[in-house]
Amino acid sequence: MSTVAAGELLATQELSAYYGSRQAVADVTIAFRRKAVTALIGPSGCGKTTLLRCLNRIHEINFDARVQGSVLLDGQDIYGGDMDPMAIRRRIGMVFQRPNPFPTLSILDNAIACAPKGLNRRGKLEAAERALRSAALWDEVKDKLKTSPLRLSGGQQQRLCIARAVAAQPEVLLMDEPTASLDPIATAVIEELMSSLCKEFTIVAVTHNMQQAARVSSVTAFMLADETGIGRLIEADDTGKLFTKPSDRRTEDYISGRFG
Amino acid sequence: MAQSASRNRNLARRRIIGGLGVGVALTCAVIGAVCLLIILGYVIVQGAGAINRDFLTQLPHPVGVPGGGVGNGILGTFIILGLATAMAVPIGLLTGIYLSLFGRGPIPEGLRFLSDVLSGVPSIAIGLFAYAVLVAPLRHFSAFSASFAFMMLMLPLLVRTSEQAIRSVPQTVREGALALGMSNFRATVQIVIPTAMPAIITALLLAIARVIGETAPLLFTAFGSQFWETNPNKPMAVLALQVFTYAISPYPNWQAQAWGGALLLIGAVFVLSLGARLMLRRAMRGLEA
Repeated sequence: MSTVAAGELLATQELSAYYGSRQAVADVTIAFRRKAVTALIGPSGCGKTTLLRCLNRIHEINFDARVQGSVLLDGQDIYGGDMDPMAIRRRIGMVFQRPNPFPTLSILDNAIACAPKGLNRRGKLEAAERALRSAALWDEVKDKLKTSPLRLSGGQQQRLCIARAVAAQPEVLLMDEPTASLDPIATAVIEELMSSLCKEFTIVAVTHNMQQAARVSSVTAFMLADETGIGRLIEADDTGKLFTKPSDRRTEDYISGRFG
Repeated sequence: MAQSASRNRNLARRRIIGGLGVGVALTCAVIGAVCLLIILGYVIVQGAGAINRDFLTQLPHPVGVPGGGVGNGILGTFIILGLATAMAVPIGLLTGIYLSLFGRGPIPEGLRFLSDVLSGVPSIAIGLFAYAVLVAPLRHFSAFSASFAFMMLMLPLLVRTSEQAIRSVPQTVREGALALGMSNFRATVQIVIPTAMPAIITALLLAIARVIGETAPLLFTAFGSQFWETNPNKPMAVLALQVFTYAISPYPNWQAQAWGGALLLIGAVFVLSLGARLMLRRAMRGLEA
């Protein structure tokens, strides 16, 4: 973990996550590099999605979910007693595995679902255009802003969800396997988008796909479940280094395709 | 060889059993459908002749005077159902929202249990309850007491179906709203409920269809009236009640009108069910993507 320094925008300290009495993630300490893409990789069930969901406190909407340890945003523990999860989630946006545009809102209203309140029509349109442009979707939807998002392709829907998250002007963007349900072409578009968005945002992305991690991330974190099924962070390093000279044997086994 | 022969025999036996199963199921389905069609056909044959403009728009005539209609009963049905719906929707929907949001623990479980019990209470018992709390103390029958009884009949249906409708909205939609920093309440009201709305309206239409033909609770609440009554505080004519009164009367003219009224009620249920199906189809289409 040599190159992952402390003092970053977002970091965890000895973070453990539980569903009821079952522990899903144990003792993860990691700092995410500012304005860069960090990829979380690992086999199914290694706790990478759970870890991601702890970072914006969406984990806790599950009935019996619990967290121990801390997540520091700008040095403040987001699980601190005086922190408001709604305010946290505005600073840490999220994109999900399957595109989830709001089915009853138009494309326009989806894009600005969380834009600042009290905008007039012109302001709304400008905010929507800004968000849709930064998600590389504007040109494709500018003539049908009032229509349902459900008519868009999966890749377009996912970019609409990215636009929606970006419109809230967060500092961090969490992405949970954002291309898992998309075809290769739509995947390439999203990956390109991630590379350009990381100039503005600190991005943490879960991915199943090691090639994707190698393509889009500058830091990669490898997670693995131990014998009892509890997910642990094995190592995190510069992506180039992790994929060529991993320091842990298990990482090497995984990236060379020996399991998972 | 012997093995393959026994396998073939086995296969043949399974084919026969499978065929028998399908045959029995199909026969039962046909019997059910035929019964329904006979009832429908008989009501149409008997009732169609009674339905004309006068029947729909006129007051009932006294015994022995030909003609007359059930116009006041149709109006009363609308008024009583409208009032019942206006009371049942907020209570039922909000309870459904509550159950879908805070589904676990003793209070929601208790509410669900009570709602299931309420849905099993015979409608005549509910009518008696309405009589006990709204008719007897006030010393007069009223349309409002009938609406109250209808509301009690509609509530369990609305509570459980709106809970189901809200739960059937994919969790990812709710998470998407929460992840944007919306409050639980705002996510529910602004995002989840509109998504569930077609299913909720379906539930409402079915609840109305369920009570529109109810007669037992009306006997000692709305009571019936010979006039164009619009005051919910007074006894009021209701179509289902008129069908009941006319059907057990000895006068052929009234009996014919009872068939006409029955046909109207079946027609209303048909339209409501059809509307419910259309809404549901729309809801399914919306959630597919």
